[in-house]
Amino acid sequence: MEAYSLNDLKPLAKEVRKKIIEMVYTAKSGHPGGSLSITDVLTVLYFKEMNIDPKNPSDPNRDILVMSKGHASPALYAVLSLRGYFSEDLLSGFRNKNSDLEGHVHRGIPGVESSTGSLGQGLGVAIGFALAAKLDHNPKRIYAILGDGEMEEGNIWESMLAASKYHLDNLTAIVDRNMIQLDGFTENIMPLGDISEKARAFGWNTIIINGHDFNEIINAIETAKSVKNRPTMIVANTVKGKGVSYMENNPKYHGAPPKNEEEYIRALNDIEAM
Amino acid sequence: MQKTEILESLREAYGEELAALGEKNRDIVVLDADLSSSTKTDIFGKKFPERFYNMGIAEQSMVTAAAGLSLAGKTVFASTFAVFLSNTYNVIRQSVCYNEVPVNFVVTHAGISLGEDGPTHQILEDVGIMSGLPNMKVIVPVDSIETRRVIDYLAVKKKNPYYVRLTREKFPVLNEESYEFKEGKSVTFRDGNDITIMAYGIMVSFALKAAEALKSKNIDARVINMSSIKPIDRDAIIKAARDTGKIVTAEEHSIYNGLGSRVSEIVSEEYPVPVKRIGMPDIFGKSGKGMELFDYFHIGISDIEKITENFYREEFK
Ligand SMILES: Cc1ncc(C[n+]2csc(CCOP(=O)(O)OP(=O)(O)O)c2C)c(N)n1
Repeated sequence: MEAYSLNDLKPLAKEVRKKIIEMVYTAKSGHPGGSLSITDVLTVLYFKEMNIDPKNPSDPNRDILVMSKGHASPALYAVLSLRGYFSEDLLSGFRNKNSDLEGHVHRGIPGVESSTGSLGQGLGVAIGFALAAKLDHNPKRIYAILGDGEMEEGNIWESMLAASKYHLDNLTAIVDRNMIQLDGFTENIMPLGDISEKARAFGWNTIIINGHDFNEIINAIETAKSVKNRPTMIVANTVKGKGVSYMENNPKYHGAPPKNEEEYIRALNDIEAM
Repeated sequence: MQKTEILESLREAYGEELAALGEKNRDIVVLDADLSSSTKTDIFGKKFPERFYNMGIAEQSMVTAAAGLSLAGKTVFASTFAVFLSNTYNVIRQSVCYNEVPVNFVVTHAGISLGEDGPTHQILEDVGIMSGLPNMKVIVPVDSIETRRVIDYLAVKKKNPYYVRLTREKFPVLNEESYEFKEGKSVTFRDGNDITIMAYGIMVSFALKAAEALKSKNIDARVINMSSIKPIDRDAIIKAARDTGKIVTAEEHSIYNGLGSRVSEIVSEEYPVPVKRIGMPDIFGKSGKGMELFDYFHIGISDIEKITENFYREEFK
């Protein structure tokens, strides 16, 4: 396995962000906001933390990541291709009928563990992986990436009860707490309040971090590995649209690509200047 | 009949009509699940914030609250994408259908025409799922005008729940402004005595175009809009079987449990004739431009034309 250092992460994350913008601009559709907010977390996981081998994507000992917020497919696809799961050339086919890169995360793509897009299902699927790892006495780690808006789904809380009941200390859920969902700001649409306090009440270990600080992301993931008997929820405070000035904190760019060439160029320049 | 084609959004027609009705009818309440800017219930929401409930990304919560509001006597509309309402199948079954409360589910973005969001979102089974529920009625408006008339109709409180299926794309306007919706009645858009094409949604426009092309091959196809899927217009089906001897069905839906299945059941019980079902086989959709996917899946205009012609010429013993 190649060893990536902390210094590699920043340029890699920039590259991922540019690819996200290129994909949604080429497709004239897709979800840049929540892809850009989760980019740093995914970059750390795939390039530093997870035990994976892109040459052997079905290795039974690999760590597992379920991208529960499946609309952030541009971020996951970009990370997987840069990590070597498939050719970067394929990214330009995103959302095109002649390509395999479906609009939402699809299990047919190398490196993808479970299809998602309808929100609220990924944490439960990750629990299934975690239960199986326990049964098999396999030390692999299981990760689930959740949106904060997605936390409004009842099944998330049903799954949180189960993870706690079965002492799934091999499970780490990371919430992309960007404070925005589709119709607007989470605290206006359906207030979530203090997610970490709620998760603690459900029996989870919780850690709150800045989801754009590589050190904090690494430390939280490492801490989760040492916690026994309880699953860990990392609440990653993030900025929706992170890196592109006009998309940052702007609900309009939840599901809309750059509107024209000018916005497209500006997005790439903003990212380059990060 | 070749007028220039006017395209209009059905979901915008829904949102506007709902907001207009809200003015007159103070009993109307509207729920959504974090998709109001797409389903267009936000138009109502901005006008009547006190009667609009955005329940967040929580469809079961939305459906149960809709049931309660309806039990309490309100005239209830609840919207999300078609695929996400189906998250709540058994919730609808028990709290709405078994309770016999008239919740109006108006869902958008059904079928492959939603395009780029892809297979996870392109529900192709919902007409079957919802038609199978006791008490539930199912309507698929063909254009913006029919959408408005259906919403007007449902704003006068009914006894049953309804499932109204809308789409993302703009579709051709086929009806006149004076059109009135009649539950359980079909509308014949084109007369013909050689073969009948029964369709709903965008497939009605496609079938009309296919029928025009068939004319040059001396095939005179009847084209019927079957927007009222449940209750369905049995008489029109049996009459088509009698008059034309063969029926083609066309739907933006799985060929299982949709219009094709209903028509086949009815003719096989009452007046057996060959039926050809055009629709999606037992597969998921695909990301791509919505209106390009019909040709991709071989259910576009030229496919309807070819399939209908071959079926017309086929000899059955
Ligand atoms: C069950 C379900 N309901 C509705 C949607 C439509 N939808 C797609 S993304 C989204 C908002 C998601 O917000 P959040 O989870 O906070 O994601 P992020 O802000 O990180 O993009 C919604 C409502 C969906 N995909 N699934």
